[in-house]
Amino acid sequence: MQGTIDSQTTAITADHGHEHPDFRVLGLLVFLISESLMFGGLFAAYLLLRGMHAQWPPEGTEVELLVPTINTLLLLSSSFVIHYGDVAIKRDDVRSMRKWYWITAAMGAVFLGGQVYEYLTLGYGLRTNVFANCFYVMTGFHGLHVFVGILLILGVIWRSRRPGHYSAQKHTGVTMAEIYWHFVDVIWIILFTLLYILTRF
Amino acid sequence: MAQAQLPLETPLSLPGHPKAWKWYDYFTFNVDHKVIGIQYLVTAFIFYLIGGLMAVAMRTELATADSDFLNPNLYNAFMTNHGTIMIFFWVVPAAIGGFGNYLVPLMIGARDMAFPRLNALAFWLNPPAGALLLASFLFGGAQAGWTAYPPLSTITATTAQSMWILAIVLVGTSSILGAVNFIVTIWKMKVPSMRWNQLPLFCWAMLATSLLALVSTPVLAVGLILLLFDINFGTSFYRPDAGGNVIIYQHLFWFYSHPAVYLMILPIFGIMSEVIPVHARKPIFGYQAIAYSSLAICCVGLFVWVHHMFTSGTPPWMRMFFTISTLIVAVPTGVKIFSWVATLWGGKIRLNSAMLFAIGLLSMFVLGGLSGVTLGTAPVDIHVHDTYYVVAHFHYVLFGGSVFGLYAGIYHWFPKITGRLLDERLGILHFVLTFIGTNLTFLPMHELGLKGMPRRVAMYDPQFEPINFICTIGAFVLAFSIIPFLINVLWSWNKGKIAGDNPWGGLSLEWTTSSPPPIENWEVLPVVTKGPYDYGIEQRKGSTNENEEE
Amino acid sequence: MGFSGRFGTMEQIPAPIWTLTAGIVVTLISFWVGQHHGLLPEQASEQAPLVDNFFNIMLTIGTALFLVVQGAILLFVIRYRRRPGDEGDGLPIEENLPLEVFWTAIPALIVIFLGIYSVDIFQRMGGLNPGDHTLHTMHTPEQAVAVVAEAPSKTTSDATALLAAAPTPEIGIGASPDVQGKAPDVVVDVTGMQYAWIFTYPDSGIVSGELHIPVGKDVQLNLSARDVIHSFWVPQFRLKQDAIPGVPTELRFKATKVGTYPVICAELCGGYHGAMRTQVIVHTPEDFEAWRTQNQVTATAPVISSLSDRHIEEIGVTPQLVAQVEAMTHHHSPDKL
Ligand SMILES: [Cu+2]
Ligand SMILES: [Cu+2]
Repeated sequence: MQGTIDSQTTAITADHGHEHPDFRVLGLLVFLISESLMFGGLFAAYLLLRGMHAQWPPEGTEVELLVPTINTLLLLSSSFVIHYGDVAIKRDDVRSMRKWYWITAAMGAVFLGGQVYEYLTLGYGLRTNVFANCFYVMTGFHGLHVFVGILLILGVIWRSRRPGHYSAQKHTGVTMAEIYWHFVDVIWIILFTLLYILTRF
Repeated sequence: MAQAQLPLETPLSLPGHPKAWKWYDYFTFNVDHKVIGIQYLVTAFIFYLIGGLMAVAMRTELATADSDFLNPNLYNAFMTNHGTIMIFFWVVPAAIGGFGNYLVPLMIGARDMAFPRLNALAFWLNPPAGALLLASFLFGGAQAGWTAYPPLSTITATTAQSMWILAIVLVGTSSILGAVNFIVTIWKMKVPSMRWNQLPLFCWAMLATSLLALVSTPVLAVGLILLLFDINFGTSFYRPDAGGNVIIYQHLFWFYSHPAVYLMILPIFGIMSEVIPVHARKPIFGYQAIAYSSLAICCVGLFVWVHHMFTSGTPPWMRMFFTISTLIVAVPTGVKIFSWVATLWGGKIRLNSAMLFAIGLLSMFVLGGLSGVTLGTAPVDIHVHDTYYVVAHFHYVLFGGSVFGLYAGIYHWFPKITGRLLDERLGILHFVLTFIGTNLTFLPMHELGLKGMPRRVAMYDPQFEPINFICTIGAFVLAFSIIPFLINVLWSWNKGKIAGDNPWGGLSLEWTTSSPPPIENWEVLPVVTKGPYDYGIEQRKGSTNENEEE
Repeated sequence: MGFSGRFGTMEQIPAPIWTLTAGIVVTLISFWVGQHHGLLPEQASEQAPLVDNFFNIMLTIGTALFLVVQGAILLFVIRYRRRPGDEGDGLPIEENLPLEVFWTAIPALIVIFLGIYSVDIFQRMGGLNPGDHTLHTMHTPEQAVAVVAEAPSKTTSDATALLAAAPTPEIGIGASPDVQGKAPDVVVDVTGMQYAWIFTYPDSGIVSGELHIPVGKDVQLNLSARDVIHSFWVPQFRLKQDAIPGVPTELRFKATKVGTYPVICAELCGGYHGAMRTQVIVHTPEDFEAWRTQNQVTATAPVISSLSDRHIEEIGVTPQLVAQVEAMTHHHSPDKL
């Protein structure tokens, strides 16, 4: 009589619930909190090291500005480009979505290329001093994220070959790739501020 | 009379699904949360035995003042890996991965976790990580303590240290993925009829735990990756002679590793909140207070980490600020303890193995908590930091607390997991031995620390020999206490008394399905009409039923 | 879960007389335990009684809480154990707001009290004034060198700090209130290395493997580490401070009792961390002077003689290594050698 959970009375109407809604976007957002803290930890370590040095960056390890600025503008605009892709899929226009995603991936690749070019022309390496340590580890770690982002975008493009895989109603993968790309972009802005702008002024 | 009335035996056969898993399914990339839970529990338990053997070796060494049993470097390797294994490969995976995965979907009326494949992936990061850790002994084993402070960690057994770092980063990744899964599952997948204040407290605890793991683990990963770079790639983040700083590591490390204490105890608090009401036959006292105190611990717990660094390179204001924040955490923890004690009041307490371990936990955690308060204040901590007083404290919290809680959980849910009861006589023997062993081993350590014995030493001042000898005897008692437990589990798994769906008369949803539960847990999802702790409360018929069901 | 209806009322709380008696007993036991636990070693510094009083207060409160909670657990388990044959449920009490407020507020008050009190104790220990008597903040070795270079032009009462030349510690235990703003009577540079402590007296050039200090004098130890982190601990002084490579730290105190006490390394520093022990000898001022004059002559001899065979054979601290450290700790003040 004291039973509290009587399933049999409602068995007929109850939802069998073998399917549940797609929580992948939510899962990604929660995961990105964790990712932010990973970058947060790096930024904190960087700022602490910076605070301990009178001259930062130490002589001989100044940063380049031209290529990185171009790179920044490129990455920033790629966020708009990828958004057009998202808008397109919401209109059920898979072809445009593919087009915008290709462009985004290409912009990401150029960004990485620019990064590599910068590494090759800077004149100092990972081991030169603590600033160089930070510079390479932070930009490298971010570059890794850009690379993963490009892979996600290419994955979306690959899957969209099949007609009907993505549609106006069903495009979680497209959205996830976009969110991740924006995240990578936001991290870059902070990184650019810390490593480039604030070392110059 | 107040046993919950359970749903009728439901036919398990769901079209298109296997009826039950075969033994070999437990060795595969299976996505069933119950399989994953068992995988975690069994793997973790094996590591518990390995870590325990290391402890026995260390206590044997410490029976005498001289370094005469283990090579001191091997002693440090055992010390380091004992801590690492017990934290990262036993308590965290058993409590969060094991009980969390097994119970959360069952308790909220879900068929599985939100991301089953991610869940399996998270588990399968553990065995290679464990193998890496054990393989590091081929290179001498990491010897810089589980804290791995540079510069020591950058110059001692560096190959093993690098393997250690990779192992921790792997399990860290696993725990971040797990946390994402738990947060989304608990947030979104409760059966619709369950209101938030009907969510079992174990799930509240898992939510708080996961939030903590989510924000703290990545910071540890950063700290360790920078360490890895320093060791292997010639960077100097932590090299003072090249512009780096060793204190930064300590901040990154403890920003994770203080919350890690809560990762190890919050799920256990959750287990306590489930076990005590069932066996005391009473509603949990102060449901809201317990639920909110978990969240409070989770928030405040992120801002106390410097209490591990009171004698390190920390300026005075930091020492004072973190003294006060640490003291504050004691309040929500106290609220929980008082609530559980109050739950016992006026109950009809079944003193079976599960309840004995829960009550044993309560009693020992009080001591661990109180010594924690003394450690949290800078003036006293300056004297006892890095001494056996600390060792005593955290073993009361982590052995008397976490391990007792895991045992309580195993005795409580073993019938659900296997369909069979554990033997009570062996269970009580196990409890008595464990309780005596724990206190014999760890109580005298308080005195050792206060009187002047540092921790992490293979050789010590001979004046401490008598007390150390008592600790060593206690450790052997603890080692033997495992034997009745092992016999019990191995025997009962196949031959134990059939448990039935709900041997304890529990009211939370996991008891509404069969034991063991079928794949996908229920044929028809249960409907919640009342809270999970409404023991002794007359069912309010009619009027309230309708509006509660929707 | 509203706060209305169906829970415990005051009549379920045990009779006042009983509670009162239990309360008195618990209080008496707690006070007794707080004073007679005998868990702490003897007190040999000015800070020791401060720490001990604070510890005793916490132990008293802790014992009371411990007894109350354990007593309650035992009492409830015995009184409310299930009797054979009784399959019923207990009293359906879900909450009791006054009780919950009570047990949240009382610990909160205790904790606030302890928080304020520990700041007070810490201040009296000198914990809020590391680097008090010395020069300005110096963050980096470069800055420190700069300050030392320009030091002669500065007026400072503290010549020893300059001779030590290491960056000035601003971390650790500094001047207690009664010596604030004054220079310490004795300064010793303490270097930790695997696995020994080397004590250098900058004003006399003495280098020793044991710490010698006069009783009742204001002593400042400047801690540094050569290889890994070590931690300087004298249990009888209740003082501990890590010696950290690259981060200068200090301990400032007055020893209050003549005697010999252990100096222990408390931070894991390698395989022989447990053997990294030496002594601090607290002399009467006359004995200290005698020790100083005797050793000043033979400057470097004591350290080598104070190294035991065990140091040399087991741990690998050789006279050569010590000589190296001496050279390191002395090269800033060659005039003193
Ligand atoms: Cu902590
Ligand atoms: Cu040491």
